[in-house]
Amino acid sequence: MPEKTQKHIITALVTNKSGVLTRISGLFARRGYNIDSLSVCNTNNPAMSRMTIVALGTNDEINQIVRQLDKLWDCHKIKVLRPAECVKRELLLIKVSVPSSRRPEIESTANMMKVKIIDVGESSVTCEMTGEPNKIDKFIELMQPFGILELARTGITALSRGEEILDDMADYNEEINK
Amino acid sequence: MKLKGAQIIVKCIEEQGIDTVYGYPGGSVLDIFDALYEEKDKLTQILTCHEQGASHAADGWARATGKTGVVIATSGPGATNLVTGIATAYMDSVPLVAITGNVGRSMLGRDSFQEVDITGITIPVTKHNFMVKDPEELADTIRKAFFIAGTGRPGPVLVDVPKDVQQALVDYEPAKPAPRKAYFSDNEYVRRAVELIEESERPVLYVGGGCITSGAGDALAAFSEKINAPVTVTAMGLGCFPASHPNYIGMPGMHGRDNVAKTMLEADLVIAVGCRFDDRVAGDRKRFCPQAKKIHIDIDLAELGKNVTPDVGVMADARLALEAMLPRVSQKKNKAWIDRCRERRDRDVLLGSDGKLCPIRIIKAVQRAGDPDKIVATDVGQHQMWVAQAYDFDKPRKFISSCGLGTMGYGMGAAIGACMGSGKQTVLFTGDGSFHMNFNELVTAAKLDLDITVFVMNNHTLGMVRQWQTLFYHRHYSSTDINYPTDFVKLAEALGAKGYRLERNEDIESVIEKAFSERGVKVIDCKIDKDEFVLPMIPPGKNFEDILTKKPVID
Repeated sequence: MPEKTQKHIITALVTNKSGVLTRISGLFARRGYNIDSLSVCNTNNPAMSRMTIVALGTNDEINQIVRQLDKLWDCHKIKVLRPAECVKRELLLIKVSVPSSRRPEIESTANMMKVKIIDVGESSVTCEMTGEPNKIDKFIELMQPFGILELARTGITALSRGEEILDDMADYNEEINK
Repeated sequence: MKLKGAQIIVKCIEEQGIDTVYGYPGGSVLDIFDALYEEKDKLTQILTCHEQGASHAADGWARATGKTGVVIATSGPGATNLVTGIATAYMDSVPLVAITGNVGRSMLGRDSFQEVDITGITIPVTKHNFMVKDPEELADTIRKAFFIAGTGRPGPVLVDVPKDVQQALVDYEPAKPAPRKAYFSDNEYVRRAVELIEESERPVLYVGGGCITSGAGDALAAFSEKINAPVTVTAMGLGCFPASHPNYIGMPGMHGRDNVAKTMLEADLVIAVGCRFDDRVAGDRKRFCPQAKKIHIDIDLAELGKNVTPDVGVMADARLALEAMLPRVSQKKNKAWIDRCRERRDRDVLLGSDGKLCPIRIIKAVQRAGDPDKIVATDVGQHQMWVAQAYDFDKPRKFISSCGLGTMGYGMGAAIGACMGSGKQTVLFTGDGSFHMNFNELVTAAKLDLDITVFVMNNHTLGMVRQWQTLFYHRHYSSTDINYPTDFVKLAEALGAKGYRLERNEDIESVIEKAFSERGVKVIDCKIDKDEFVLPMIPPGKNFEDILTKKPVID
């Protein structure tokens, strides 16, 4: 039976230097794996950036891509986060077309879903939402009937739950080899 | 001590115990070549005709010595000419450090004369690469490049150094090369691998280049003898296990031996060591030996499960893993199995061609003549496979060939590097197609007066492509009948070598003897038939059961 293709969240600490993103995204492209979303940020350690990559694939494919990523000299720590063992969030900015008469409808939906209205134009409203990706999908769906003018999503960023710290983990290959 | 960046580069190469570098000068590396000039007593610099030749020479030197090869080229076209050589080294896991110059830092990104983004270009074909923008970081970057190239699974590393970084004066403190880590962990996977071996009755060892890199020869022989496993050796691994050993059965794969195919299909356990189930070995990877359990031992974790999913994967250095497992496996009592494999091997003789000048006979005669420890380099194509099939390699680092990338034009440069690195007699088998790509380096070899004999398997066609066109493309010989008017004897003489012609089987021994008795570079134009085939052959994407052992009749 062919294995199921699904989304996986990969978190990695990489060298904070120009060119590292090219190395990582290039590896996905040339080995034929798809990136669903990718977010990069500075961390408390100025020498490291954190990348959170959502990739589509079977377990075997994700294993392979993580092993390939781990070989990159600029990739220091890497892990696949299991959904139950991590907290994940995404930020959405969405601009909706709405006449002032219908603005209260948006306001009430936004209130219900803990969404902030951050900009109001003559015939538009821009909302900010942070949450789990499926909640964000749901909110976008609810805004659809108004007419979405444009939107921006950051892609998932995630951390493992509890005390676990990626930087303290053994190297990926040592972890596997235990 | 304050030194110029260029001098630091040269000092850091010397720190690694390296005595030869290959390269080609140019505007952006004038400072490095000036520093080399000052150090010419300690570090030999070899000028080739083309940067590609230099990259293959550094690669051949590295394969023959086990040390890290060094190649230096200028910015722009000098750097891009290295790319094929770097990719060749990458595919075959050869430790190589390529140093390129670039335009000064203030000129970068402005499409300056001879500027190219070589670090961007080589990302996919290097283990890692660097551009040094801070002169203070230069020494440690060069050292790190050597460390990365040689550690774990070896590979090429490129360091791009802008011209003004080479000219900057900075402090230099000598340092010793960083120690390399031993890749072995005595873990659950090793225990499970031993269990599988203990349970098996018909084990096969399928071994590759990792056994050469790790020096696993003795451990492999002891292991094979203890579990009565026949040993099949990939092209990359030839020589890691002696061809004269009673348990050796030949090469596997597309042009592997028929007896190996049969043995692989009968095995109940395939122990893959330092190899990667390449498509030229495994064929359709999803149908690779479905009847057998598989153990895969490799230093590169990403290889375990990349092509074929093993029952047990062990991430380890080949030698360390075999040495650790050896005392834990018991002496097997499966003598019937190894006897059957040996008997099948003895019956499986390579077929030579009748009447015509036979390439396999030439190769066998070369093996018998001259230095038994000679280096055998090849280019890519039919001649390469004939050598891999017919030449019996008893020692590692003797077969120098572009196996993964399949780089036509690799041979001449590689033969130069391997000859210099080993100090041994060297032969190069090439074809008229491959040789035409980079025969310019004959000049380099002649100038250095190296003992290299080139056998050009000359069939006036691109033989391997023709073979595929015959078998799979309705004999449409599209762009393969090259028919160049080149006279290789005259060519050799014009480029400072000696030339011979070989047209009949009867003359094989005498021509070889004559050529081997002369010093310097020799070229032998071997006139073979254009319809010679490399057999056996497993068609692409097929498996061991689909092997062709005879030329099929085609209408």
